[in-house]
Amino acid sequence: MLHVRGLAFGFPGRTVGRDVSFGLAAGEVMCVLGPNGGGKTTLFRTLLGLLPRQAGSIDLNGEALESLSRARIARLVGYVPQGHADYFAYSVLEFVLMGRTSHLDAYSMPGRQDRAVAERALESLNISHLAARPVTEISGGERQLALVARALAQEPSLLVLDEPTAGLDYGNQVRVLERMLRLAGSGIAVLFSSHDPDHAFLCAQRALLLAEGRSLALGPPAEVINADTLERLYGVSVRVLALEEGGHTCLPALRL
Amino acid sequence: MRRPALLYLIAAAALLGLTALAFAVGRYPISPADLWGVLSGDAPARIQSVVFQVRGPRVMSAIVVGAALAAAGSAYQGMFRNPLVSPDILGVSTGAALGAALAIFFSVNTFVVQLCAFAGGLAAVGMVYWIGSRLRRHDPLLALVLTGVVIGTLLGSAIALLKYLADPYNQLPAITYWLLGSLASVAPHDLMAAAALTLLGLAPMLLLRWRINVLALPDDEARSLGVDTARLRTLVIAAATLVTAAAVAISGIIGWVGLLIPHAARLLIGPDFGRLLPLAMLLGAVFLLAVDTLSRTLSSVEVPPGVLTALIGTPFFLWLFALARRSW
Repeated sequence: MLHVRGLAFGFPGRTVGRDVSFGLAAGEVMCVLGPNGGGKTTLFRTLLGLLPRQAGSIDLNGEALESLSRARIARLVGYVPQGHADYFAYSVLEFVLMGRTSHLDAYSMPGRQDRAVAERALESLNISHLAARPVTEISGGERQLALVARALAQEPSLLVLDEPTAGLDYGNQVRVLERMLRLAGSGIAVLFSSHDPDHAFLCAQRALLLAEGRSLALGPPAEVINADTLERLYGVSVRVLALEEGGHTCLPALRL
Repeated sequence: MRRPALLYLIAAAALLGLTALAFAVGRYPISPADLWGVLSGDAPARIQSVVFQVRGPRVMSAIVVGAALAAAGSAYQGMFRNPLVSPDILGVSTGAALGAALAIFFSVNTFVVQLCAFAGGLAAVGMVYWIGSRLRRHDPLLALVLTGVVIGTLLGSAIALLKYLADPYNQLPAITYWLLGSLASVAPHDLMAAAALTLLGLAPMLLLRWRINVLALPDDEARSLGVDTARLRTLVIAAATLVTAAAVAISGIIGWVGLLIPHAARLLIGPDFGRLLPLAMLLGAVFLLAVDTLSRTLSSVEVPPGVLTALIGTPFFLWLFALARRSW
């Protein structure tokens, strides 16, 4: 689905990260971990073609990213940005319908089918009741879910989520993770970033640890997430505990 | 949910009623019976001529200019993601004013003045766009707005220089009069040209109404949804500029309509551009027709409509701004 080789990314005149390589297959979930300013968002924007890459290559479905039109990319990749933008007061349904844009020709309005797709996306996130509310008047967490719904309405093969759980309460965090797993089960590749290493343990097959723009480690979470790598990533000491019933969890050790 | 059909109906009814009123009142009042007579074709020639030669072009230009400015304002506000911008933001009015002032300075006829105003408006926006899109290290919208402000100031001082140099008995009053805006002397064929150009600019706005919604999202989001924002933005700027320049060329500078009316329409019907555009145009026509009718009936000396819109617009704008909860 997605193949990244020797990627260098950043802004004109400033390289944020380099030498990042990984592949992502259909149905796979990968979590990107790293400190603030570590280059997660810049990496994602480059993968979506929103920023030009500085070196290396990005292939989507076997085709070079730069050979694809914006509409084509939008039909392949759904993007959930960190949403704290000011929007006009579109209703949540209108907002989610915008996810259908790449399926319409330039002069068309979304039709009944598009509406059905949007409504299904809302339903799958349990936010159908918000459909008529202005997107400016719902809570930050609800807006985050609306952004996920909009990306789902694109019907993508790859979903890129930039800190999808940021600003969500505990229940909604778990719901978003569950939703990502279910999507992966239906064959969609999922790439997401998080500030919580436990999220990688919970639902990712692989974790990419990104420190200062370089990949520190890449592999199954149980192999690459440990006290040593977390210390190097975040500069704090963390115990990684193996649970009796399977799985791992992280417990930071507070130094006073 | 807002009810669009009802809002359109009310606005259209208001426009119709106001149009009848605008034909009836003035220095030579016409009774409703005589107005009806004109419609059915058996009114005295004197009344026919007042309706068709004097008031007709004026009423129609108020409607066309009001609708055009409101349409352009709606497009600009969506594109700049800011409900308080006006169609002048990229310098179209200042450019048109400079074109008109130059033409008056070189003492050419009215038609050439209008032509120069139209060309000046297009040229100013063209220049702002060309410079703004070359400042690649900045946010494209911010670069455009700031370039618009700076170029606008430059053109403004060129206008000031022309006023300083102009002949104070003939040219200076003509320039000043143009800058205040007026619909008093619009000839029917100028009106037809402006209306045709307005329609030409409206067509892409209507066709692209869904994509213009997406353009109101942050750039990254719009692009990730499949919209080539740079291209679409160029198209919308071109369309809105054409519409504004056509209006300003026949009316002179009439401020506030393009800022207030789209804003008010959005509060009433919501931001969806396909629904917003028709309502904003209806309300723009109603507003400017009301203002122009007031301006020619309030006193024996006409109050320039540009002054009246500012008198109404300034407090209204401040009131909106004070109320604003960022929920437009």
